[in-house]
Amino acid sequence: MSDRAIRARGALGSWSAVMLVALVAVAVVGSLTIDGVASPRFWRFVTLEAIPIALIALPMTLIVITGEIDLSVASVLGLTCTVVGQLWVWGVSSLPALIAISLLMGAVLGAVNGLFVTGFGLPSLAVTIGTLALYRGLAYVVLGDRAVANYPVAWTTSAIKPLPGTTIPWVILVVAALAVIFAVVLHATPIGRGLYAMGNNAEAARFAGVNVRQAKFWLFVASGAMSALAGVFWTLRFASARADNGTGLELAVVAAVLLGGVSIFGGRGALLGVLASVCLLGVLRNALQLAYVPENTLTVITGSLLIASVVGPNVVGMLRERLRRRRSNAPTVSPSS
Amino acid sequence: MPPLLTLDGLSKSFGAVAALQDVRLELFGGEAHALVGENGAGKSTLVKILAGVYPPDAGTITLDGQPLSLSGPADARSAGIAVIYQEPTLFPDLSVAENIFIGRQPLRSLRRIDLAKMRARAAELFARLGVRLDPDRPARGLSIADQQLVEIAKAISLEARVLVMDEPTAALSGVEVERLFAVTRALRDAGAAVLFISHRFDEVFALCQRITVMRDGRRVSTGVTQSLTVDAVVRQMVGREVSAMFDKQPAAIGEPRLEVRGLTRHGVFADIGFTVHSGEIVALAGLVGAGRSEVIRAIFGIDRRDAGEVLVDGAALPNADTAAAIKAGIALVPEDRRQQGLVMELSVERNATLPRRWALTRAGLLFPGAESRAAATWAQRLQVKAARLTDPVATLSGGNQQKVVLAKWLATAPRVLIVDEPTRGIDVGTKAEVHRLLSTLAADGVAVLMVSSELPEVLGMADRVLVMHEGRLTADIPRARAGEEAVMLAATGQAAAA
Ligand SMILES: Nc1ncnc2c1ncn2[C@@H]1O[C@H](COP(=O)(O)OP(=O)(O)OP(=O)(O)O)[C@@H](O)[C@H]1O
Ligand SMILES: [Mg+2]
Repeated sequence: MSDRAIRARGALGSWSAVMLVALVAVAVVGSLTIDGVASPRFWRFVTLEAIPIALIALPMTLIVITGEIDLSVASVLGLTCTVVGQLWVWGVSSLPALIAISLLMGAVLGAVNGLFVTGFGLPSLAVTIGTLALYRGLAYVVLGDRAVANYPVAWTTSAIKPLPGTTIPWVILVVAALAVIFAVVLHATPIGRGLYAMGNNAEAARFAGVNVRQAKFWLFVASGAMSALAGVFWTLRFASARADNGTGLELAVVAAVLLGGVSIFGGRGALLGVLASVCLLGVLRNALQLAYVPENTLTVITGSLLIASVVGPNVVGMLRERLRRRRSNAPTVSPSS
Repeated sequence: MPPLLTLDGLSKSFGAVAALQDVRLELFGGEAHALVGENGAGKSTLVKILAGVYPPDAGTITLDGQPLSLSGPADARSAGIAVIYQEPTLFPDLSVAENIFIGRQPLRSLRRIDLAKMRARAAELFARLGVRLDPDRPARGLSIADQQLVEIAKAISLEARVLVMDEPTAALSGVEVERLFAVTRALRDAGAAVLFISHRFDEVFALCQRITVMRDGRRVSTGVTQSLTVDAVVRQMVGREVSAMFDKQPAAIGEPRLEVRGLTRHGVFADIGFTVHSGEIVALAGLVGAGRSEVIRAIFGIDRRDAGEVLVDGAALPNADTAAAIKAGIALVPEDRRQQGLVMELSVERNATLPRRWALTRAGLLFPGAESRAAATWAQRLQVKAARLTDPVATLSGGNQQKVVLAKWLATAPRVLIVDEPTRGIDVGTKAEVHRLLSTLAADGVAVLMVSSELPEVLGMADRVLVMHEGRLTADIPRARAGEEAVMLAATGQAAAA
């Protein structure tokens, strides 16, 4: 590996910190300059929007670190929503039962991805683009253009009830607990060490006794289950199960993961950076919307940020190298002249 | 006669590490010049500067009296400098022939690549080197030794005026080394200057007219080979007295530890059966390509076996399950440290603790410092030279990377230790230390299975020598009868001494 790549890696280590600082900066500047950003309602809205993205971003971070990707997440969300809706229509009326069925189904859909990737050795990009279309198609088979919207009000309000004394929905606690679990697994367990190792060099990981296929399979299962959980929240929040629930969400998730400092090539990144970038993107979007910035411009801004996040660490590494070389002395053999 | 190539005042630092300081070196046409020094002395750094990979911080390179400025490997090549790097850098998905002629493929009309000509020229090179390799096969999956041979063919095909070889023989056995030397001598006698790096002194003394010794980034001395002895060179390298050879301790041979029965992988090796007892060091010898590393991979569960069984302490291992093999007490130091032994981007300490990361947990968690402490013990024991244990292992010198691989597996306290080229690229002092360690482990009841292309190492360490030839075991020679000749005859398939 080249000198420069190693240096870029060093610069990336602090990327989580960059994201956190950017988040605070955007929040403060937004509050001071844009009407409404300082209001409790704004933060409630940002949180509601960020919850499903964060839920899916947790397993996605681990998957991308192993060098794979799961693009079917939003379709898993859509399909589980419609099946649960249909079951409700057919008379399954226990919320815990419906949630359990949903999670189980998400896990199975994820296992299908995992099987194709680890069992047949296919690239996850191709497999999950396929199931992205397949699962969404199945969702339309289940509900067609119909929407199931007659859920009990008690259910729908339960999902978005605020924490006492605040406007923040209580579900954020569930997200926080899951985030802690994923962060601990990734950063403080032997499993996490194995994930980083296989993301950098799967062969060397295998020689060290890391079961690469097994780990990847279970990550796809987890991704399916978490997408289904996000689907439950989606259904209850909007009081509506439709086949198009969550369409395009996978891009929001992948954008947050990459901006959060996870390398698309695998092997590096941290969960804290990803969570910060989920919040950053949410705050930025909503604040700019309040400032009447048009939707198209928002998309351009998100895209530019993404590119900057990929290019940024390399540029930082390069500049450091230049500086160091200049400082060391004027070489008699000119390096590039 | 003026020197063909002069390096003067060469310096290079990586952060706080001064890899080279004010080094001067003169290479003459028609001369083979050895560069020796401990692991991390700066040899490969010098090679990479000469290859145009690194710009020096200071210093000049003069070729034929003209100052030479290298802004990249292409410059070095067009100046007539061919380099064999310490670590092979082949493109895995290209064929062997394409790798040799990359960037200068013979062309037909309309700039189409002349595949037939390329193949023929590759085959011709292999014939000169006595290598049996199919020019059309992809580089992926080649053993380290074969990769090294392809790199050698590539460098030789350039017909360069300066040939730089950074440990080209580290994975080669005697026969291949002899052929390489024959070709090198021919190039040298035709007027080329050769810079040869090796930790094997017999090779250095056999090939080179002059020897330059480096220590801690500085040149210590340059002398004519005839006026030097191995001991003198080692003393200058290390700065003190060291014994280059270690004498094996006697160990009580006990119960069977590792039993291999009827092990077969179709088309690779067949019906391999042997037992390694507790306290025993068994060497697996053979030529490059005999299938030694493949047998080991199957024992360790990296590759699936088609038939046969592997038992540790009487318990059969499941097929193709490395985690189970490790759990049963097997450790494997693989031949290719860059692809198999280490995750180059991860830190020294993460690498050193990867196989036993579960053992370092408390309540299922890895607490801060647990890995650093575990890694530090072994890094110190094997004298790993690293600025910090949190640095990526890629920043270490080749020999120091090899020490990290050893540390990683010795730390698992294995019951069966399999080592494939354990001392590849390791300097003389540490080599003796590694031999001492292996011997001590055996005395403590570990069963050691060793693959090594270095015959003195095999003969010095092994209680028994198993010899493989073309995928089959052809001989089982006890220590008392194991001599250079017996092993070589069996390895070349000329005698079945079983
Ligand atoms: N890319 C790099 N970044 C940081 N340090 C480096 C880098 N490359 C080499 N070094 C350091 O420079 C020193 C010299 O390394 P070099 O590879 O030249 O040693 P060497 O003499 O070839 O050793 P060996 O016999 O083990 O191959 C070592 O301390 C090494 O850690
Ligand atoms: Mg070296």
